[in-house]
Amino acid sequence: MHKIGVFVCWCGSNIAATVDVKAVAEAASKEPCVVYATDYQYMCSESGQNLIIDAIKEHNLTGVVICSCSPRMHETTFRKAAQKAGLNPYMVEIANIREQCSWIHKDMAEATAKAIVLARAAIAKVQLNKPLIAGESEVTKRCLVIGGGIAGIQTALDVAEAGFPVDIVEKKPTIGGKMAQLDKTFPTLDCAACILTPRMVEAGAHENITLHTYSEVEEVSGFVGNFTVKIRKKARKVKMDLCTGCGLCTEKCPMKKQPNEFNMGLDKRGAIYIPFAQAVPKVPVIDVEACLKFKTGKCGICSKVCTAGAIDYEQQDEIIEQKYGAIVLATGFDQIKPTKFGELGYSQYPDVVTSLEYERLMNAAGPTKGHLLRPSDGKPPKEIVFVQCVGSRGQSCRDKSYCSKVCCMYTAKHAILTKDHYPDTNIHVFYIDERTPGKNFDEFYRRAVEQYGVDYIKGQVGKVYEENGKLMVQGSDLLANEQITLAADMVVLAAAIEPDKTARSLGTMLTASMDTNDFFTEAHAKLRPVESPTAGVFLSGMCQGPKDIPETVSQAGAAAVKVIGLLTKDKLLGNPCVAHSDEMLCNGCSQCARVCPYGAITYVDKEFRVPGPKRVETRRVAVVNEAVCQGCGACTVTCPSTAMDLKGFSNRQIMSEVDAICK
Amino acid sequence: MQVNESSKEFKPCIVAFCCNWCSYAGADLAGSNRLSYPADVKIIRVPCSCRVNPLFILRAFQRGADGVILCGCHPGDCHYTTGNYYARRRMTMLFSMLDYLGIEKERTRVEWVSAAEGAKFAATMNDFISTVQSLGENRKLRDLRCKE
Repeated sequence: MHKIGVFVCWCGSNIAATVDVKAVAEAASKEPCVVYATDYQYMCSESGQNLIIDAIKEHNLTGVVICSCSPRMHETTFRKAAQKAGLNPYMVEIANIREQCSWIHKDMAEATAKAIVLARAAIAKVQLNKPLIAGESEVTKRCLVIGGGIAGIQTALDVAEAGFPVDIVEKKPTIGGKMAQLDKTFPTLDCAACILTPRMVEAGAHENITLHTYSEVEEVSGFVGNFTVKIRKKARKVKMDLCTGCGLCTEKCPMKKQPNEFNMGLDKRGAIYIPFAQAVPKVPVIDVEACLKFKTGKCGICSKVCTAGAIDYEQQDEIIEQKYGAIVLATGFDQIKPTKFGELGYSQYPDVVTSLEYERLMNAAGPTKGHLLRPSDGKPPKEIVFVQCVGSRGQSCRDKSYCSKVCCMYTAKHAILTKDHYPDTNIHVFYIDERTPGKNFDEFYRRAVEQYGVDYIKGQVGKVYEENGKLMVQGSDLLANEQITLAADMVVLAAAIEPDKTARSLGTMLTASMDTNDFFTEAHAKLRPVESPTAGVFLSGMCQGPKDIPETVSQAGAAAVKVIGLLTKDKLLGNPCVAHSDEMLCNGCSQCARVCPYGAITYVDKEFRVPGPKRVETRRVAVVNEAVCQGCGACTVTCPSTAMDLKGFSNRQIMSEVDAICK
Repeated sequence: MQVNESSKEFKPCIVAFCCNWCSYAGADLAGSNRLSYPADVKIIRVPCSCRVNPLFILRAFQRGADGVILCGCHPGDCHYTTGNYYARRRMTMLFSMLDYLGIEKERTRVEWVSAAEGAKFAATMNDFISTVQSLGENRKLRDLRCKE
């Protein structure tokens, strides 16, 4: 038999002005099992809490109902108070008679009547509460960062600085990501490589950081604090420990006809190559699809010229299995290939390029050594047309619905840099809206317009075609309300940004939720922006949504702080309000596992005693991993045999509330 | 029926299931902003809208509720990623079954209310109550054993 105490709070006059608290306490005292009911001015105050503690001790209360403000406000306060008195904290229920009663009703009689009903529902529920104990699990003090761009590097460095070992998994042969491909960065025009490469070196040399380049995550299992990850280290065919990075092999390779990915295919590389001069690790990789040795069995020049003997044609993929406490997703982005936009002629005309290709054309380490020469005939362009929002902010199936955020600024940057180097170039920019929110961003854009005389045209481009050796760009000028055609030597498309293609499979592996555009969703858009809803998985950089470098770096730092916060804990206390399966009722149908968004439900074969000659029967039953379950309750409703129930919000508890309200 | 004539006096009993993360917080915000709605609504807190078993709703009607409303996070915003989609699908099934049984569709409703939509919560409740009021008392599903 329960002994329940009811405590009605006045909340000063917040509750007491509209609800007759004495009447509520009086009515509550008449409810079954209630042995004590009282009211007090401020239950959450220290004296109020002591009142509760004393009453629990004095009356040996087995359950407590507090009629006060929202449980979102003081549930933990009152649970702690109960715990102090020796009562299980989950034997406390709160009737919300402030936010959902006194504050919204004016009529005292009505509000008091409602408060009594709410108290009654809480009393009915608390009688069915069970003492719950939060489970503990160990934390593996190691962090995995997936993606080695600036976001991943920054997170890894911050976590490593705090003293925790970090592994970076990068699918490319070097870390550095997209930022390494950029020329200068807006709005300060810092050279991207000059600010990034020291960070890359730092990450490569840090005692707490292990780089797994040319590697991919294959399998993830486990849960927060206890992930087990299988990483495939792809065969480079070059021994990392022997290679000195001299680059002689790359020079002597006879197969120098492969499109160079780092330069967006604008020049060629060999079959054995180092992506770029500042690569970390500076170890070449053999492209087995292109290598003559692998295709015909002949050649082997790289092996002959390598004085260190680092070339190993027999090298195989390696699988590493490692345990981690936290995983950071920093998978970054890609720029769409605007091939679907046939009217813009990207596939047809070599002088129609994307902005990332233009970035390489401008770069001193790029295919043209920093001289702006157009791809078709290698002549410097005199008229350049930039087209913004290619594939962004559209409604059709080939468009992304969102704004890619960085295009307005990098287009202004391209315009300024071009004008700086070649003042006699004419630059036109077609834009829908100029979006320049950010520190010194608008000033930067205005400089392009006012100081450099860049011609900004509000409107979209309908067609690009060739006429007399010129690219004719047909578009609308919305401010002049007319159709215009410009003759250009080069057209640069600010193509939309999309999440990296590998993000989807990683999201599935980690059960990290994604939005319709395949960006990872955050646990709370405003208050938990660097955490995935899946516990222990954090988000860093563009994989969460388009953002520029400073934003990426700050988000990467924020993700690192969250990781450090997790890894400093020795044990994790779980939420005890999790699903629980009744083995006697479960028939192992798998329905619950199918709806579980966290993969918390597994099945085991268990032996049960049964009457009859067999005595023992083996049945497949569901088992909930309490550390993974977040307690949503989806499985409880799905279960056809009502074997699944949710602790703290059980079927009977909710039914009793329904009954009490409808009485 | 007499109920319709006296519908102004009729105080419906309305059960609102609110998910802990969005709608319950939305209801709290309505309270903090002192946005009034009739006292006929009583809220039951559930972790997620997908925790609401269709049986809870049937139970409420049997016990004398005149309307039941389920509030959850907006599609795509569910704290548990997909819970509200399950809730939406289950309720669509339940409501069409109730409709088939002759329980007015308007007595049941699913609404998405975010933690920032206190005003929407109050407006939704006001609207729902006036709808239920115009329908009058729920007699069809009420279990006579439950009421004196």
